[in-house]
Amino acid sequence: MQISTRRFDKTAILDISGDIDLGHSTEVRRMVLAEFREKKTPRVILNLHDVNYIDSSGVASLVEGLKASRDVGSRLILFGLSPVAHEVLQISRLLKMFEIYDTEDMALQA
Amino acid sequence: MNRKGLLLRLELPSDPEILCVVRSAVMRLTEEMGFSSEECRGLTRAVDEALANIIRHAYDGRPDQPIELLCSRLQDRSGNMQRAALELVLVDHGTAADRKKLCGRSFDDVRPGGLGMHFIKDAVDVMEYTSHARENRLRLVKYLPEAKVEPKMGKGE
Repeated sequence: MQISTRRFDKTAILDISGDIDLGHSTEVRRMVLAEFREKKTPRVILNLHDVNYIDSSGVASLVEGLKASRDVGSRLILFGLSPVAHEVLQISRLLKMFEIYDTEDMALQA
Repeated sequence: MNRKGLLLRLELPSDPEILCVVRSAVMRLTEEMGFSSEECRGLTRAVDEALANIIRHAYDGRPDQPIELLCSRLQDRSGNMQRAALELVLVDHGTAADRKKLCGRSFDDVRPGGLGMHFIKDAVDVMEYTSHARENRLRLVKYLPEAKVEPKMGKGE
């Protein structure tokens, strides 16, 4: 799994590729939490277009990121979910908890 | 189920880096058995979550401990109806699971953690956990739809 960060004004876009599973979810969690708690980024957007798989530890990392964003009054936005990523959030009944958009443009305009 | 045939047996280290390999194998196996795409993804997720639980909880993150995964086809025939299933058995020799935690948490309880068991239960028809003499076995079974068996035609018919 790889993560790279792009910054636009008050927004950080984290481009994630690979699988967010037991071996890699800790890194996602660490980077998302750092954006909110250390860098005080007002809006963090996760690009999940190239994420093939998310397990329960990956979902937990996203939930922790969402809670951290709410704690500091920031926003966590997701876009580009693959059918597999969409399905795992759906069966977790978490789809409505997140701001989710189809494309990067839609996420940036939100 | 009155017949059983081993399809795949994997001996794995308790290393998270091996999970993607197992997911690929289980996905392919379930596709070959004729499960729907959704069922294949669910079964793959179930095995992945079960392995992750063993790595995290039974072996406390140690990456060099043994795990065995046995995949078998179960088959039962009654009259002209035939029912098949995939049996997945995961064996480890770590700390036994706390049976209270095998229930998972409520989906309505929005917090990190506790989802893995729900993913497993959501994907299978049978889940059994036994622990005896430092051997823990998680048995998962998923049935294929019941199929009608066409009677064989004899000579001259």
